[in-house]
Formats: sequence, structure tokens, C-alpha cells
Amino acid sequence: MDATQQLQSLSWSDAAYLAPEWILIAFMIGLAVLDLFLPRRALTGWLTLAGLLTSLGFVVWRLTELANSAGQTDAAGQQVNGIIRIMADSYRIDYFSSLLKIVFLVAAALTVLMSLGTVKRSDISDRGEYYYLLLPAVCGAMIMASSGDMITLYIGLELLSITTYVLVGIRKHAVQSTEAAFKYVVTGGISSALVLFGMSYLYGITGATNLGAIAQGIKEHGIDFPAILYVAFFFLIAGLGIKIAAAPFHYWAADVYQGAPTPITAFLAVVSKGAAFAVIFRIIYNTAFFASSPGKPVTNDVFLVLLILAAAAMLIGSTMALRQFNAKRLMALSGVANAGYMLVPLGLSIKGMHASGFGEFVFYLAAYLLMTIGALAVIGVIGKSEGNDDVGSFAGLYHRAPWTAVAMVVFLLSLAGLPVTGGFFGKLFILLGAMQSKDYWIAAVMVASSVISYYFYFGLIRQMFMRSTNDSDVRVPATSGIVIWLCAIATVALGIVPGPALDWVNSHFTIVNDLFVQFVP
Amino acid sequence: MPADLPILSLITFSPLLGLLVLLFLPKHRSRWLKVTAITATLLPLLLSFWLYADYDGVKGGKPYEEQATWISTSLNKEAVGEVSSYTFEMQYHLGVDGLSMPLLLLTTIVGVMAALASVHIKKRWKAFYIWFLLLEVGMLGVFLARDVFLFFVFFEMTLIPMFFLIGIWGYMNREQAANKFLIYNGIGSAIMLLAFVFLVATAGFRAEQLPEQQQTHLSYSGSYDVIGANLADPNAYVNLSPEQTQGTDNPLYLSERMHWVIFLLLLIAFGIKLPIFPFHTWMLKVHAEAPPSVVMIHSGVLLKMGAYGLLRFGVFMFPAQTKDWATVLAILGVVNILYGAVLALVQKEFKLVLAYSSISHMGIVLLGIASLNEIGLHGAVIQLVSHGLISALLFLLVGSIYERTGSTELKDLGGLARSMPFLSGILLAAGMASLGLPGLSGFVGEFLSLLGLFDSMRIITAIAVLGVILTAVYVLRSVLGITFGALPERLAAIRDVRLVEAVPMIALLAFIVLIGIYPAVLTLPMQHGFDSLLRQLSDKAGR
Repeated sequence: MDATQQLQSLSWSDAAYLAPEWILIAFMIGLAVLDLFLPRRALTGWLTLAGLLTSLGFVVWRLTELANSAGQTDAAGQQVNGIIRIMADSYRIDYFSSLLKIVFLVAAALTVLMSLGTVKRSDISDRGEYYYLLLPAVCGAMIMASSGDMITLYIGLELLSITTYVLVGIRKHAVQSTEAAFKYVVTGGISSALVLFGMSYLYGITGATNLGAIAQGIKEHGIDFPAILYVAFFFLIAGLGIKIAAAPFHYWAADVYQGAPTPITAFLAVVSKGAAFAVIFRIIYNTAFFASSPGKPVTNDVFLVLLILAAAAMLIGSTMALRQFNAKRLMALSGVANAGYMLVPLGLSIKGMHASGFGEFVFYLAAYLLMTIGALAVIGVIGKSEGNDDVGSFAGLYHRAPWTAVAMVVFLLSLAGLPVTGGFFGKLFILLGAMQSKDYWIAAVMVASSVISYYFYFGLIRQMFMRSTNDSDVRVPATSGIVIWLCAIATVALGIVPGPALDWVNSHFTIVNDLFVQFVP
Repeated sequence: MPADLPILSLITFSPLLGLLVLLFLPKHRSRWLKVTAITATLLPLLLSFWLYADYDGVKGGKPYEEQATWISTSLNKEAVGEVSSYTFEMQYHLGVDGLSMPLLLLTTIVGVMAALASVHIKKRWKAFYIWFLLLEVGMLGVFLARDVFLFFVFFEMTLIPMFFLIGIWGYMNREQAANKFLIYNGIGSAIMLLAFVFLVATAGFRAEQLPEQQQTHLSYSGSYDVIGANLADPNAYVNLSPEQTQGTDNPLYLSERMHWVIFLLLLIAFGIKLPIFPFHTWMLKVHAEAPPSVVMIHSGVLLKMGAYGLLRFGVFMFPAQTKDWATVLAILGVVNILYGAVLALVQKEFKLVLAYSSISHMGIVLLGIASLNEIGLHGAVIQLVSHGLISALLFLLVGSIYERTGSTELKDLGGLARSMPFLSGILLAAGMASLGLPGLSGFVGEFLSLLGLFDSMRIITAIAVLGVILTAVYVLRSVLGITFGALPERLAAIRDVRLVEAVPMIALLAFIVLIGIYPAVLTLPMQHGFDSLLRQLSDKAGR
């Protein structure tokens, strides 16, 4: 390999494509300095929101450019796909990364918005830090979605992890928060170690860090060493399994979700999880996907392991949630089950007539974003008013804040996968995919887990509508109210017209152009 | 009727109009709320009568259909190669035929009567009627939907309102009953969804080729018509076995075994709702704990959705499997009849007598289905409508009795004929209808079902007739016990029913008598409803 070509440097024109990331970093530095002089700290929150939305604007603009360029031909008469590849594909701006970045930025913006109403000065003394640390965290997630090289992937992963360690422990005076942060640091460290270990095997067998080069290396000679490949893939899956909180790697989730400030819980549940999924997609489709040769079915085994992990996460998550009486822990375990649902399209791969895995995944992720952030926003409001997050604190919510209770019903129905909500269609599309690829057992596990989950989701509904208390009305802060209603309306909208969103994704995204990293030596 | 009027959509969604008005009414104005809700249930009733009147005119002609694409989303084409489109489609498709027409009428009638009976509801009227109207939309949609996913959406739309109606307005153990209802029905719908997705991913597949443009359109469709036609067509992809395709892999092929798997999934899914014997425990709880007006809906309409689903999806789509299992269905039916009847005989609570009687009567529907001939199938549908009306009437009476006496224990009740002659008279008539007195609707349903089954399974029919005798015993035991005998001291001063309660009683009884003496009101629209099924069955037998 020619070393000079591989070490392409970042040119100014390339840097312009990174505008969304630059904006986040610039806002972060600016706010860190400004924080020293600003008397009103809430302003930091609004400026953070502005930074996130500006970045979102650039991502959306880039995505429309990408879609417009499709079908055009360049000077040589070649079809262009408009995908931007920087530094020998170590950073890619394609449909895959752009769609996921939109999810991350929207989730982060909603997190900031719900923080504005519920974060108390007495609870978090460093509110400036709280807000501007979200920016590098999102930036890390975005780097994870865009990377085509293990080095940049890992940098993104650590940027996201380390900032979220701080955010989880930011309620410095609360023992629970500190404990959660400590647990998160330890498990996060283990996860990073496992990921690095798996990556080192891939590097060892192919001598490359670029995913495209690794794919080539595996095709050429890697498949002769299936044992080493198994070790590499299983360690990677285990390490990233911790990040997405899929059972049996989920034990940290309940404690950390409970200890973290509620908006940060939402951030962990959507952005951290989603970013780790992005990495799994990118790595698996560039490595394990090519690791089969006659008699050595490594690819099939890896995809089967992903499905088994999915089944375990769904069943264990739903079953363990049955015995939870804390709303945030409940959401953590529901997140475990949801990680399972999202693993299904990943594990189905391309089989029979099925190739729509990414479309199914990203649709479910969007629905999951709305229902989880919405539900946690409600939990945050209740937690602020009641002082605890027990399921019992929801008692009689219908009488104390009727519209919030109705919105919560929408989120819970969506989480339970009942129509007409985004969650229902998310699950339906995944189910259809499972049936198309003839993996009937995973479809059966999915519906079984959904039925189990009815019990605890409807348990919350029972508290809200069928129990009564003498407690006073719950005051919903305006910003939380906005988050709750945005999420509820979008959840129902996805349930009534799910078609266009999925249609857009499936007609633009292709596995060949978006997931495969094309390494040109 | 104007040709472009979307009458079916109007029927289905007209209760929502009332719901909108309810939202803007203050929640303590109980009278306004009640009047609005009752008016809202009258809309679909009038529209469905209009439809019925018009439907008779198009006998055998093109039935009513309304169709629009709800979801059409492309799928990733990378697995199927060069095609011009590869999509997944869901239709908003409503239709009415001989099978859905009688059940639609049943729903709208019972809907109004239950809304009237809800005057006994004591608290949170606004929320009650909002859920009630949503429930009605769901039920109407179930009987009209012609797309499997649309059917599923409406089916689930009945689940959630029922959960609230039982859990908030029920008796002592209401939350437990609501939970049991939710879990059992949740399992049922989950199995149903699995079967539906299975069908869509195989039999729902269509490949259309436009030769002049060299275009191929592939699609998965949830349409009932597409799935049904593909299953019946020996040349559809779903029926091309590896031998027929010369060994090329056909990912859409459904083997004989898979047909059975789907048929059994559907049988269990709808069997829970029906309910078929081992899956019946949840409905006892609901009968006992839900408020009477909700039980009117539950026993009168929701149980019928199970039978309707079994007919529409199990029997119509898998006639061969049904034929092979006709004896099993008949045996399940007889078990239901006898089990229900024997246990109804020993109950001490009137509501539970009625609950077990429902199990027994739904067994007769299974017998009618198992006969697989026109007489028996007509009998099954008439039995559905008839039992819907009778049990609605009985629970209407239960509501009025409980309102006055505060109890439904048989030992607490007696001699009501003296203080409430009108109510007792209606109760007696309803009891007679339930035990199958000729001239009332119960007789027609039972008689036709048994007559149809007698053709093919004489011994089973003979055993089933035993159940009819038992029915007479338990109905007379409880009804006579309530109306005659000594009037307990504390019940001496109770008043007979008010006008608002009497109206639905008379109306329901009138329909029961009407079907009893002139069953053609139901059989006329049904005339061609089973033609295609019977043709398929005779084709199978001929081959």
C-alpha cells in the first residue's frame, strides 16, 4: 500500500463538509468561555439549543444536496452518488450517517429543551457545564456515524463516552448520581477495552484500520483464520453490546439511568444507544459480511449471534421490567428490550428477498426517540413535582394533569407496539422483514416480548387512570410541555402516515453505497 | 343512495363526531354528555339501516367497497435485482358482504342500547363516553375492514378502550379483570399479528409485469382480496412448490405444513376471543366485573369478533384445512356447549350464569361453522346476531336489577315479578329466547346450525342437542328463581323500570322476535355471502 495516498490530509474544501461538527465544537468552546461571564445560566441552555439546531440545519442541507445529486452524471458520463468521502474514506457523509445525525441532533435538542424546565439550581450547581458538555457528546456520536476507519470510530466513541460520564455524575451532591457515574465509568471502560481488543484482532489479521481495507484483507486472506475472526467479532459485539445495553450486557443500565438527571437519561437512551448501533452497522457490514467461504460460515454465525443477542435482550428486558417499581429503571429495562428490537433488522442481514434492514432500523429508532424522550420528559416533570421517580408517584395523574396523562398513554402505547403509533409500525416493519427472511423464531420472540411488556406499560396506565391521590395538581414547565407535545404528536403522526418516511429512506439508502467503505489503495 | 357517498367510512367514523363534541363539553354536565353520546351512537345505526335497505337492492351484484392506499412504501431493492418497483402496501379498504352485514347491524343496534344503558354509570361520564365511542369505532371497523392490517388496527382499537372501561368503571375486582382481559387478548392479537405478517410476506406477494415497457412491479400487500386470491390460485408464487419450479428456490412458497401452522395460529388467536374452551377464563372475569352496559358490548359484540375473524380469515382463506378439521371444530363446539351449560347450572351468581351461557351458546356457532354447508353457516351467523341481542338484553336487565337491589347473587333475589312486573316479563322473554323457544331468534340460530351439522356428523349433533336441554334447565332455574318465589323484605319497595330503561329493552326484544319469526331479514343479505367459500370447498372435493 502506498503510504502517501493513505495519509491524505484534510483540505479546506473537505473541512467545509464537516460544518455540523465544527459548529458544535465552536459553540462548546464559546459557551465554556462565556459561562465565566454570564450571570443568567439558563441562557447557556438556549445557546446550546441554538448550536444544535444550526448544526441540524447544515446536516439537513447536506442531505438534500446528496439526494439532489442522485441520478446525475459527471463529466465522464459516470453516475454520481454524491457521497462525500474524506481522507481515504475515514470520514464519510452519506445517507447512513446523515440520517443518524439528524436523529442524534433532534434527540439532543429535545434533551436540552426538557432540561430547561426541570434542572434545578439546587440540584446541579454547574448548569453551564451541564449544557455545553452535551455538544461534544453529540459531536462524538456524529463522528461514530460518519467514520469509515477504526481510529476515527474509536475517537468518536471515547468523546461520547467520556462526556457522558461527566454528565451522569453532574449532580455532585447526590450520592445516587455519583454512584451511577462510577458504575458507568467502570462498565464504559470495560466496553472500550473489549471493543479495542476486537479491533486489534482485525488489525492484526489485515494490517489495516480502514474498514474498506479490512474488508479486502478479510476477503483475500482473513477467511483462512476463522478462529481469529470469531474472537474479533465476538469481542466487538460484546463491547458494543454494553453500549447499546443489550442483555446480557445490560446490568449497568438500570442503575445509571436511575442516577443520572432525567434529561441525561433520555440522552443516554437515544443518542448513546443509537451511536453504538451505527458503529455495529458500519463494522459488521464491512467485516463480518465478507467473512464467509465454503465450509466456514463465519458471516452466518455472526448474524445468528446478533439475532440471539436480540432475542435475549427482548425477553430479559421485558421480563425484568415486570418487577420494577421505579419509572426510570423501568425505562432502562424497556430500553434493553428496545435494543433487542433494533438488533433484529441488523441481524437479518440480506436474506431471501429482504434487504431493507437499515430502513426498518432507522424508522424504529425515530419512533423510539419520540416515545422514549416523551416518556422520560413526563417522568422528569413528575419527578420534579413529587421528588421521586417511583411508579406510585404516577397515581391519579389523570386527575392532576389530564393532558400530560393522555400524552403519556400515547408514549406507552407506542412502546407497547399498539396502533396507531410510530412504535406499532416500527415493530410491524421489522416483523415483516423477519418473515421475509424466514426467521420465524425471532418474529415469535418479538411478539412474545411485546405481550409481556403490556403488563408493565399498562401498569403505569393503571396508576395514572385508576388510582387516586389527594396530591395537588402537577405543574408542567412550558419547555417540558413543548417536548411532551412535540413527541406525542410526532408519535401519532408516524402511526397514521408511516409511509413517506420509510419510503424516502428505502429509496435513497443502498447497502452498497452507504454501508460499504470503498477503499482505493 | 348516491353512488359516490362513502357510506362505509361514514358508518365507521360517525361516532367520532360525538367524541369531538364531548371533548368540548364540561365534564360535570352529565345530561348533556349522555345525550351527545347516545346521539352519536344513533348516527351509525341510522346509516347502517340505510345501507341495509339499499343492500337488499344490490343482491348478488357488486357489494359496497371503499378503497384507498394507506401506506405504499418502497423496500430496498438490493436483494431482488433489477425491478422497477418493490413495495409494501397497506390499503384503507372497507367492504360489506353477506357475512359482515348482519354483524354490522348487530353492532350498531347493541351500540345504541348500551349507550342508553350507561345511564347507570355514576362517575367520570365524559371519559366513559369518549372510550365508549372509540370502542364503537373499533368494532364497526373490524367488521368492515378488508385489509389484514386495517383489521388488526381496528381490532386493537377495541382492546384499549375496553381496558379502561373495565378498569375504571367496573365492580370491586375491576383492575384485576382489566388486566386479565388485556393479557389474554394481547396474546390473542399478538398471535393474530404473527399469522397476518406471515400471510402478507408470502401470499400477499404480487409480481406484475408490463411487457411493453419491460417493467416489473413487485409488492407485498395486506389486502384481504389479494391474499385470498393468491392462496386459492394454484399458479400463484405462494403455491409453487420446489418441484414445480424445477428446484429453483422460491422464498415465497408456503408448504402444506405452513398452511397448517397459519391456520392453527388463527384458530388460537380467534379462539381466545370467541372463546373456545380452555381459553375462556378471562371472559368470566369481564362478565362479572365490568359494568353491565360494557358487558352488553363485550358479550354482544366483542365475542362475535372472534367468530367473525375465524370465519373471515380462518375458514375463508383455508377451506381445505377447515374441512380436514371440521370434526375437531365440531368437538370443540360440543365441549363448549356442554361445559358452559353444566357450569351455568351450578352458578350462584346471575352474571356468571350468563357468562357460562355465553360459552355454551358460542359453542353452537362452532358447530355451524364445522358443518361447512350453507344451512349451517347461515345458522352460525344468525346465532351470532341472536346471541348478541339476547345477551345484550340480559345484561341490560342485570344492570337494572343491580341498580335497584344492589346484588346479582341468586339467593338475594326472588319474587321480583311482584314489585317489577315489566322487568320480570322482559327477563322471562329473554330467558325463553336464550333457551331457544321457537318464534324467538335463539331457536333459528340453534336449529339451523344443528340441522347443517346433522348432514355430516350425526353423533356429534345428537350429543350437542343434550346441551339444549341443559340450557332450558339452567335458564329456567335462574330466571324463575329471580322472578318468582318469596320477595325478600328489603326489596318490597323497589320500583319498576323507568322509560329510559324500558325503551332499549323493548327494542332489543322486538329485534329478537323479528328474527325469530322472519329470519329472512338476516338470510336475505347473506344469500351470496358464502358462495365463493362453498364453491372452493366443492372444487377441493371434486379434484
